[in-house]
Amino acid sequence: MSAQRVFMKGNEAACEGAFRAGCKFFAGYPITPQNEVPEYMSKHIWDHGGTFIQSESEVAAINMLMGASAAGARAMTSSSSPGISLKQEGISYIAMSELPCVVMNVVRCGPGLGNIAPHQGDYFQATRGGGHGDYRTITLAPNSVQEMAQFVYLAFELADKWRNPALVLSDGTIGQMMEPVDFSEMPYVEPPDKSDWCLNAHQEGRERHLITTIYLLAEDMAPVHERLVKKYERIKKAEVRYTDYMSDDAEILIVAIGSPSRVARSAIKAGREEGLKLGLLRPITVWPFPYGVIRQYAESDRVKAIVVTEMNWGQMVEDVAMAVSGKKPVHFVPKHGGLTFTPEDMLEPIRAIRENPMNPETLWVQT
Amino acid sequence: MEAVPEKKRVTVDGQDYELVFGRPASLTSKPFTYCPGCNHGTIHRLVAEVIDELGIQHRCVGMASVGCSVFSYEFFDFDFISCAHGRALAVATGVKRVQPDTVVLSYQGDGDLAAIGTAETIHAANRGERITTIFVNNAIYGMTGGQMAPTTIIGQRTTTTPEGRDEHRIGWPIRMSEMLALLPGVAFVARTTCHDAKSILKTKVAIKKAFRAQLEDRGFSMVEILSNCNVNWRMTPQDAVNWVGEEMTKVFPPGTYKDVFAEDQEKARADAPSKTKAQSSEKTEV
Amino acid sequence: MLLEEYIFAGFGGQGIMTIGQFAAYAGMIQGYDTAWIPSYGPESRGGTANCNVVISDDVIGSPHTHSPNGVIVMNAPSFDRFEPEVRKGGVLVVNTNLATQSSERSDIKAAYVPCADIALEVGNEILVSVVALGAFNALKKVVSDENMEQAIKWKIPQARKDLIDLNVRAYYAGKEYLEST
Repeated sequence: MSAQRVFMKGNEAACEGAFRAGCKFFAGYPITPQNEVPEYMSKHIWDHGGTFIQSESEVAAINMLMGASAAGARAMTSSSSPGISLKQEGISYIAMSELPCVVMNVVRCGPGLGNIAPHQGDYFQATRGGGHGDYRTITLAPNSVQEMAQFVYLAFELADKWRNPALVLSDGTIGQMMEPVDFSEMPYVEPPDKSDWCLNAHQEGRERHLITTIYLLAEDMAPVHERLVKKYERIKKAEVRYTDYMSDDAEILIVAIGSPSRVARSAIKAGREEGLKLGLLRPITVWPFPYGVIRQYAESDRVKAIVVTEMNWGQMVEDVAMAVSGKKPVHFVPKHGGLTFTPEDMLEPIRAIRENPMNPETLWVQT
Repeated sequence: MEAVPEKKRVTVDGQDYELVFGRPASLTSKPFTYCPGCNHGTIHRLVAEVIDELGIQHRCVGMASVGCSVFSYEFFDFDFISCAHGRALAVATGVKRVQPDTVVLSYQGDGDLAAIGTAETIHAANRGERITTIFVNNAIYGMTGGQMAPTTIIGQRTTTTPEGRDEHRIGWPIRMSEMLALLPGVAFVARTTCHDAKSILKTKVAIKKAFRAQLEDRGFSMVEILSNCNVNWRMTPQDAVNWVGEEMTKVFPPGTYKDVFAEDQEKARADAPSKTKAQSSEKTEV
Repeated sequence: MLLEEYIFAGFGGQGIMTIGQFAAYAGMIQGYDTAWIPSYGPESRGGTANCNVVISDDVIGSPHTHSPNGVIVMNAPSFDRFEPEVRKGGVLVVNTNLATQSSERSDIKAAYVPCADIALEVGNEILVSVVALGAFNALKKVVSDENMEQAIKWKIPQARKDLIDLNVRAYYAGKEYLEST
């Protein structure tokens, strides 16, 4: 193991990932469990030549981001679920303006105020656009402190590559925990030059730059939609990312993201000791979602059932079921209220599924 | 006295003319699409003239808001971004912090600035953001068809106050200039009108001061301009202009509410030893 | 295979979170994979608080401690809650100044340490949890005392050398108490 490792909180590591990616602007509003992000930013972003603003609201923060991004800076905001709801207005405008930015959601339990415990109730919001209108945001789901840094770093790259908002969908556990982080794969980069389209003070001798989201005539709007849809299709082809663990000979495949995917790893180890052939497929991008690879597992004769574990009422399981297309039974093992899984919470239903792959107790049936 | 600019000449159909009046360079050639009698055209022109005179056209970045001026970027000829309803000053904050050399203009109506965007307005002003805001107050929602605005005056009929605005039901017209003047981050705030030639000239002077506050890094600046909406007020253009001068100004008194330049002068006068007073007044006359 | 799972519990303000970070950091510089995760109510001072620490020679799966083989309880409610959870063969350190119960289990190793008294002798009651950690690690011996000292130096700003010294002394005072009893 490398001697370069530093011991950090997930929320702080995310900031370090941002600095290494050349983030020059952060605006945010306090909300638990992501307060370490604005706190760390307010302390350190100045040393990286950036600006921090504690905004009057989440709505203001995301709109400040829109301005900062339009002016050419790599810009980021973070919040937790209720605050992310407030940001959706701005994310819709940013997506339509085709501006890059990074938004991190350290998800807590909702709806409403809910509680500050880790949860995954914002999966639909993150993967289906989230605000009004027809758009998508590239969404990465870290499951360790290392990935908090790495995925924020990657999110900046993808946001600029596609001129689209990129989300980092974390959860309270990953944000709050401390782990060793190795930054050696994240060299400091100079943010790309955007002077060919950004708003700036050097307009002499060039056409003016205009950023707008309004197209009153349907005939004007339609080609814009078409351009966006084509972009999203290209992203779906190019950016699907996932990882797996002991899935080569697995008879029961667990699909999980975030902190439950960590517990799944422990469950797989323990399960294999008692003869359960378990494996894990972990989407890294939840939009675009790795439908293709999950379909391949579903088509394999070896795989008897697919189990989705989520800290919610059943959201990602819909994507998995879509990928599986009825080829194998899909089971759903949830955790509610901000409670966290134990490996046994997963193993107990899995034992029943091994006995009966159509076990109605956990079988996911689309109603 | 200002220097007399060199006379410009133009050729039209082979004939040589002296140019005595033209479109400011900071406006595009697109004709205004505002309703006849509306003051947006006048205000656009005043802003563009000031920008030309200050020589800052190629540094200006405009925020288009939501309301009748949603397409203001089609008329102003510099970088522009259109913002969500009420959020112009948050977007402007982001632009200005990232590109401090820009001169940021936010052009907003009353619904945008004083209702849905109240928080963004107050906090951008309170942070002392170096942004110049043109606040066009016509006491009604024009674009959506004449609903009550936060600045609709008591008794004024709108499509959502069909009996006239009743303060017991919906409160009073909000006075943004007076409110913002209380904030230390604000360098300049004035309320003017555009209902006659004299007031239009005063408006231009105020707009120039507002930009100066930004250029000299003094803080947030805003000019609230009382405007009309003859269409939704259901008046003739002339009656509407008269109503601004006679009725609106009673609720929204024109005047300068905060002026750091005047405060500077005041302070300089107070600090100056009495024997040098004559000398300094001489200087002002030059 | 090494899989150490600890729970340190007590009142908010007793330094529970900090000693968890000491242990996890010390584990990291010893070459292990480690994780620390806090759990506390909305009152960060005076309420109940605990943290989970996992130390492993393999990649850590769940960062939560599901079956602890090491527990420190700094007050009576923590004793009631976590004493039954200690894994067979595990270690329990009890701060006898605030938890007067004793464990009736014979399948765990329990140590009773008057942490507050010792902390006061060292010089400050805020060191109470560090004393407990010294006693705990004297039983566990998973990470070295040198690495624990490094952890203390990592966490406390260099400018507060006096505090670093106090913490190091408290750690060894806990260790010595355990070894002498």
